[in-house]
Amino acid sequence: MTIILYAIATLGVLGLFYGLGLAFASRKFHVEVDPKIELINEILPGANCGACGHPGCFAYAEAIAGKGEEINKCAPGGEKAVKQIAAIMGIKAASMEKKVAVIHCQSGGYNNTYFRYHYQGIPTCKAAVLVSEGPNLCSWGCLFQNDCIDACKFDAIHLDKNGMRIIDPQKCTACGACVKACPRHLIELVPYAKKVHILCTSHDKGAEARKRCGNNTACIGCGLCVKKCPVEAISMVEDLAVIDYQKCVSCGLCATVCPTLAIIDPLAGKRKKAVILEDKCIGCTVCAKKCPVQAISGEAKKIHKIDLDKCVGCEICYQVCPKAAIEMR
Amino acid sequence: MEFMSKIFSLAIAAILVKNFVLMRFLGLCPYIGVSKKLDSALGMGMAVIFVMTMASTFTWLIQSYLLIPLQIEFLQTIAFILTIASLVQLVEMIIQKTAPALYKALGVYLPLITTNCAVLGVALLNINEKLNFIEAILNGFFAGLGFTLVLILMAGIREKLDKAEMPKAMKGLPIAMIIAGCMALAFQGFAGLKF
Repeated sequence: MTIILYAIATLGVLGLFYGLGLAFASRKFHVEVDPKIELINEILPGANCGACGHPGCFAYAEAIAGKGEEINKCAPGGEKAVKQIAAIMGIKAASMEKKVAVIHCQSGGYNNTYFRYHYQGIPTCKAAVLVSEGPNLCSWGCLFQNDCIDACKFDAIHLDKNGMRIIDPQKCTACGACVKACPRHLIELVPYAKKVHILCTSHDKGAEARKRCGNNTACIGCGLCVKKCPVEAISMVEDLAVIDYQKCVSCGLCATVCPTLAIIDPLAGKRKKAVILEDKCIGCTVCAKKCPVQAISGEAKKIHKIDLDKCVGCEICYQVCPKAAIEMR
Repeated sequence: MEFMSKIFSLAIAAILVKNFVLMRFLGLCPYIGVSKKLDSALGMGMAVIFVMTMASTFTWLIQSYLLIPLQIEFLQTIAFILTIASLVQLVEMIIQKTAPALYKALGVYLPLITTNCAVLGVALLNINEKLNFIEAILNGFFAGLGFTLVLILMAGIREKLDKAEMPKAMKGLPIAMIIAGCMALAFQGFAGLKF
């Protein structure tokens, strides 16, 4: 019995002694840390996703406070975090375009993929892609082993009823983890405001691409969208149409001509047309100059007109009008 | 004179013949982890020498004047770990205050000394080999010295390896493992030394 008491007492005294010693030492050797680091670290989301290029949120906070790192690199924190950090650092917030991840492939489910062989290896895309160019017939498309879903820390990628991967734009923070995880490079970060996407990455030629796509929605490289685009935002890259999101106005004209439905346009049928409010228009011609489809006509200092047949509903004129004289109806 | 020869044989044993890393396979985590750069290897080595010497001193005192009189030697492990953890914490604070650059270079490995088996190992071996107080302190110091020697050798080799041409698959850790094996074989040669 005494042994137990001795044991408890010894360890208790030792612990107390060391604890007090350390408490005293922490006072004596106290190091002043920049309080801004703590404050910034609290604002950052704490996901340690690495999208900013630093090994973790705390390292990024240190870099901002200590080395003058840019404050707009946190993708998950977004606009809100940038503003709060700017307030702490006393600098002007650099604007940050909100982005979202898009999977450029509409196949990839168990029900809508053609297979070369039945894959029974390590269940990751990175392993599957090594076995004679992957189990699916299309050498460019989704391998359906869910590397992107595993990489997503924000639960933003789910499977639909066909087993196809769907990104939830509400949850996606554009951290880029899935972009890195996909061995076929199917995922791209695109501006959130752009809604029209070409969901195919196949560089195969015409009929070949269509034959291999389980969803039958491959880009066949016909070039119709390139010709239709009013702002020359689409170009052909080795038999694949690619959208330049810097130029794209999300008008959706390309989706209307695509013969294989490789281009999706969630806004189709919902677009409003621009209408000029005659009492407010001062005839400055700004809208006419900016219109990508030349749907606006009118001389300077006279009320302009919009040709509703030509208008594609891109909202550019609505945004540039200095007098708020254009409405979308 | 007898004392001096005893010390000398202790030093040879702890540094070369029974080197903690290569012969006893203790403290392998920092051996691979902190041996990428010579500076941080040196810093880590110094920290380990300090902690080992201090740990040997305090654990010997605790064993002799607390655990043995009270007949609670079975508390050896937990009491020693407690002591070592506190010591490491203290060293960490001191380094953070006096040498921030070193503190950054050591990074996560400094807290890792807390649970480093080499440090606990030297404390337990001192007791097992029935060394007296002075010998225990010196043994701790020499063990740290041996650890530092191996760490610095490894860091020197790995710095050179960075610039060497080799197959891509061998770069980094794989070649480090092979080098570690070669070094252990070389140190095996000291096993023949006898006094």
